[in-house]
Amino acid sequence: MTQNTRQPPGPQPGMPDPVVANPGPQGEHPVPALRTEGLTLAYRHDRVVVHELDLDLPSNAVSVIIGANGSGKSTLLRALSRLLAPQSGTVYLDGRSVHAMRSRDLARQLGLLPQGPTTPDGITVRDLVRRGRLPHTSLWRQWGPQDEAALQQALVATDLLELADEPVDSLSGGQRQRAWMALVVAQQTAVLLLDEPTTYLDLAHQLDVLELVRTLNRESRRTIVMVLHDINQACRYADHLVAMSSGQVVAQGKPSDVVSPALLRDVFDVHCRVLPDPDTGRPLVVPMNRC
Amino acid sequence: MTMTKQPSRSGPERSGPTQSGPTQSGPRRSGPARILILGGGHFSVLISPRAIRCTVILITTVVAFALLATAFGTRWLPISDIVAGLTGQGDRAMSLTVREFRLPRVVVGILVGMALGASGAITQSLTHNPLGSPDVLGVVSGASAGAVAVMLAAGGSTVGAGGAAAALSRVGVPLGAVAGALLSAAIVLGIASRRFGALPATHRVVLVGVICNAVFIGLVQWGLTVGDVDQAAKAAVFLAGSLHGRGWEHVVGVGLAVTVLIPLALLMKRSLDALQLGDDSAVTLGVPVARVRLGLFVIAFALAGAAVAAAGAVSFVALLAPQLARRIAPGAGTPLLAPALLGAALLLVADMVARHLVPGTELPAGAVTALVGAPALLVLLLRMGERR
Repeated sequence: MTQNTRQPPGPQPGMPDPVVANPGPQGEHPVPALRTEGLTLAYRHDRVVVHELDLDLPSNAVSVIIGANGSGKSTLLRALSRLLAPQSGTVYLDGRSVHAMRSRDLARQLGLLPQGPTTPDGITVRDLVRRGRLPHTSLWRQWGPQDEAALQQALVATDLLELADEPVDSLSGGQRQRAWMALVVAQQTAVLLLDEPTTYLDLAHQLDVLELVRTLNRESRRTIVMVLHDINQACRYADHLVAMSSGQVVAQGKPSDVVSPALLRDVFDVHCRVLPDPDTGRPLVVPMNRC
Repeated sequence: MTMTKQPSRSGPERSGPTQSGPTQSGPRRSGPARILILGGGHFSVLISPRAIRCTVILITTVVAFALLATAFGTRWLPISDIVAGLTGQGDRAMSLTVREFRLPRVVVGILVGMALGASGAITQSLTHNPLGSPDVLGVVSGASAGAVAVMLAAGGSTVGAGGAAAALSRVGVPLGAVAGALLSAAIVLGIASRRFGALPATHRVVLVGVICNAVFIGLVQWGLTVGDVDQAAKAAVFLAGSLHGRGWEHVVGVGLAVTVLIPLALLMKRSLDALQLGDDSAVTLGVPVARVRLGLFVIAFALAGAAVAAAGAVSFVALLAPQLARRIAPGAGTPLLAPALLGAALLLVADMVARHLVPGTELPAGAVTALVGAPALLVLLLRMGERR
């Protein structure tokens, strides 16, 4: 696979300034979109990763799950998207158990961008994004105007129109991640799960992805649940922050209500200073040293 | 593969995806000349124009090779004689030569090549591995072991006259091959479907398949060493893979497999393409991954088993045809028809070469596919990284 170091096509037009406080749907979360009840997750019978977890993730909001390595956040995301069958307990999507839903029905309502997805050799951006329409099409109706519209919208939202006919493996890491984002955008699901979408990206491309996530939430009212490693990005982009440690939720809520030196000590084992961000007023975390 | 940029990239059609109504029928382009949408309303199919062109060219090629192979036997038959023989207007000897000797051999070659090409394309795609072919995954060697076992058992027996033993071996050898292929497929898929550690399912199939392959090759060697010498010599030809002396009775099994299983695989192509994105993405796109993968493996292994039953263990066609097809017909998804047709073309050419390379002697076609196919595959795989 050749890593092309082509530059992204200039600054992103139409992206709102991240520091402008967005009114958004914070605080008003009427129906929980995703809910878990007594969820116990294990990779084998003896290695329980998440134990008896009850969690409400608000609809139309950006929820960010943070936690140390091995705290169970990616495992939780896999269970939410039904990739991992729980030992016990249930995941509800708008009140329905996801385990009882037909695969196709679930795929129309819930999308996932996994960590390190496999890009088929030589596939173009357009062909990759087209596959996001799989749950909306069938053997007899493989492509319709609404599918074409969804494809175009996804390419526009991810700013990939110019690159639509390039092979994905000739793109830079940031562009490739945007192509995969475009696939799940084209899937047009109400709920979107993202597993560390900024990993391996440089700072500018990390911001691109996070801004895109925020735009998807603000403009098309999608419910977003993502795992992030960067605590400051989590504070800045989360409407609802979920902090996990040893498979348990230790705190959740608005970042400004939740993030404190005590929490960060519990979750990451690190002494931190928490300052108000001069621009957004949200918490700004400065790590000091290990506990 | 080279991705040529389409000339109409910045054309006006890209900006207006919904300008044509849903009732429009006939071909409609989506974006730059890559995918053709046939039909409209309640029925539409995504086909790339390039794939259609490619299929037409390959079908023409296979037909041309088939004619050539029919003409090019122990003695050269002009087209007029072939037509006369086919329609029964020629003399009896001509009809017999064309209808009973040359034609079935060519048809078996086409069908076996198609079965191997399609089988290899499916398994290589499922295992995400250019070497993940039925030859490597133990199915071909399983079929060989089954066939060789029948040969050695039937050949050693003195039951009945020579004719009865020959008849038994005619029916028994293909059945033995099918049984061996099924047994091997059951072992590979049975063990691989169980969860061991964190190894992904596709890796487990490759791992178990390679081990299974080694075991069956060992069994074959053991049989050849201890078995009757005459039978072992016959088995050696079978193991190389040959179209020599193939008649209409060999067409039936592999013909059935090709006409049923390849369309079935084509129906599952959307899921096969989704599996290329990795299991996690395929699941969240609504594909029942475990079921689809098992079904496709069974189809691919049955195709390979039927091919071995008809022509013996022809090697490298299943490895080479899909890799060639990817270069000839690049694009979205795994091509299935192109590798099948390429497999047919390859095997026909190999058989012609095998018949005429050494005057007076007929080599098994499988020897040619191995001798030419192995270095060709090596070159293709070594050059995989430099396509752009």
